[in-house]
Amino acid sequence: MALVSFFENTVGLPHAWAWFLSNAALILIFDVVLLVLIAYLLLFDRKVWAAVQMRRGPNVVGPFGLLQTFADLLKFLFKEVIIPAGANKVLFLIAPFLTVLLAFAGWAVVPMDEGMVIADINVGILYLFAMSSLGVYGIIIAGWASNSKYPFLSALRAAAQMVSYEVSIGFVIITVLLFAGSLNLSDIVRAQATTGTLALFSWNWFSILFPMLPIFFVSALAETNRPPFDLVEAESELVAGFFVEYSSTPFLLFFLGEYLSIVLMCAMCSILFLGGWLPPFNIVPFTWVPGIIWFLLKIVFFFFMFAMVKAMVPRYRYDQLMRLGWKVFLPTSLAWVILTAAWVLFVRPHL
Amino acid sequence: MFQAIAFYAFSAILLLSAVMVIGARNPVHSVLFLILAFFNAAGLFVLLGAEFLAMLLVVVYVGAVAVLFLFVVMMLDIDFAELKKGSLQYLPLGGLIGLILVSELVLAGSAWVLRPAHLEATASVIPSDVTNTKALGHILYTDYVFHFQIAGMVLLVAMIGAIVLTLRTRPGVRRQNIAAQNARTAAMSVDMVDVKPGQGSGQEGS
Repeated sequence: MALVSFFENTVGLPHAWAWFLSNAALILIFDVVLLVLIAYLLLFDRKVWAAVQMRRGPNVVGPFGLLQTFADLLKFLFKEVIIPAGANKVLFLIAPFLTVLLAFAGWAVVPMDEGMVIADINVGILYLFAMSSLGVYGIIIAGWASNSKYPFLSALRAAAQMVSYEVSIGFVIITVLLFAGSLNLSDIVRAQATTGTLALFSWNWFSILFPMLPIFFVSALAETNRPPFDLVEAESELVAGFFVEYSSTPFLLFFLGEYLSIVLMCAMCSILFLGGWLPPFNIVPFTWVPGIIWFLLKIVFFFFMFAMVKAMVPRYRYDQLMRLGWKVFLPTSLAWVILTAAWVLFVRPHL
Repeated sequence: MFQAIAFYAFSAILLLSAVMVIGARNPVHSVLFLILAFFNAAGLFVLLGAEFLAMLLVVVYVGAVAVLFLFVVMMLDIDFAELKKGSLQYLPLGGLIGLILVSELVLAGSAWVLRPAHLEATASVIPSDVTNTKALGHILYTDYVFHFQIAGMVLLVAMIGAIVLTLRTRPGVRRQNIAAQNARTAAMSVDMVDVKPGQGSGQEGS
C-alpha cells in the first residue's frame, strides 16, 4: 500500500508502526466518510417517507434541509444523559457502544472497488455474517440492563426474531458462496464480472440464484428490525422497545448503529447479487465511471427500497413473522442450497 | 510486535473472563463473560491463522448458542447468591474430588503417545497454498466424511427429540390458515342483500 510506504520511507518509521499507523489512518478516513454518508442517507430516508405521504419532509435547516441531520446530532449531544435508578449502569452504557462498534466493524471487509478494502480476508463473508449476528447483543443487553418491562419484552422478541432470520440469511450466503466458489467478498464480485456488453445480466440476481435476492432482502429487513418487521420497537405494544429508557447520546448511538447496519445490509445485497463495484454495461460512458460510484449507487438503490418498504408496508404480527422465517424462507433457501450445489457440480461445467 | 501484544491481550482477557464466568454473582453477567471468553478465543484462532474456525466460533457459539443461553438465563431469574449460601461446607469434599480428577487426568495425559502421522499433521497446521476453508473442507468431506455425517445425524436426532418432547396439540384452537385466507375472493365472503324495512336480511347471525 502507498500509505505504508509513505510512513516507512518518508516519515522513517519501522515497518510494524508504519503498518499500524496507515491502517489507523485508513480506518479513520473511512469511518468519517461513512458517517457523512449516513447523515445524508438519513435525510434521504426522511424525504422518501415524506414524498410517499405527500409531505415536504425536513426543509428548514439549511437549503432543502441538507443540514437537518447535523442539527439533530447537536441536539442529541447536548441533551442530558438519563440513567434509570434501577438500571445496571455499566451494561446500560455498554449496550449502545457495542451496537455502534459492531456496526462499524462489519465495514472493515466491504470492498468499495477493486482492491479498495481495509481488510481483504479470505473469510470476509463469514466475518460480515458474524458481525451482523452479534448485533442482537446490543439489543438484548440494553433490554435487560434497563430493568424495565417494555425494553425486556422487546429484548426477548429481538433475540427470537434475529436468530430466526439469521438462519435463512446464512443459507442464502451459502448459495452465493457455492456459486462464486469463494468466501472472499472481492472474489465474489469478480466472479460476477464479464467481458460482454450487457454486464448486468451476468450478476448473481440473473443467475440460478434469482429467488435468493428477495429472500435475502426481506431477511435483511427482519435482521435490522426495519418495518414491516420492527416488532422490537412496535409503538402500539412496547412504547419504543429496547430503547425506551435511553436518551441523548446513548440513544444517538443506537440510532447510528441501526442505520450503519442497514447500509451494511444494502452493501451486502449489492455485493452478493448486484455485482458490487461492476458497471451495469461494458460500454464507454458506463466504464468511465469509477467502481466506487457504482457501488454507492447500488447501496442507495437498496436503501431506497428499504425506505419504500417502511413507507408502504404495515407491520407484521409476531406469529406471522415467525411463520415467514421458519416455514417459508428456511425450506426455500435450504432447497436452493441443494439446487445451487447441483447446478455448480453438474450443469455449469457443460454450459 | 503487534501480534505479541494482541496475543497477550486476548489471552489475558480470555483468562480473566473465564474466571469471572464462575466468579460473577449475577448469572446474566456470567453468561456475558462467557461470551467475552468465546470472542477472545476467536481472536486467538485468528492469530493462529485459523480464520475459518475463528469465524465459525463467533457465528455458532457467540451469535446463536450464547444468545439462546442468555435468553434462558434472563427468563429464569435465578438468585445465585441465595443458591451459593452455605456452599462453603462442601469445599473439602469438592476439593478432594477435584484433586482426584486432576491427578487422573495427569496420569492419563502423561501416558499419551501420538501416532507419527499425527505428529506430521500437527507440525504443519496452516497449509500455505490453500485457504483453510478449502483445507478443512477437503479433510471433512474425504477422510472424515462418515464422522461428519454421524455428527449431523446426532444433531438431527437431538433436534427432533426436542421437538417431540415439547410438541402438544391442543384441540379446539383456531389457527390461521394463510393459504385459505389468500384464496378467499369477494364473491365467497360478501353478499349483496336487499333488506326490506322491518324484515331483516333473513340470514343466520344477523
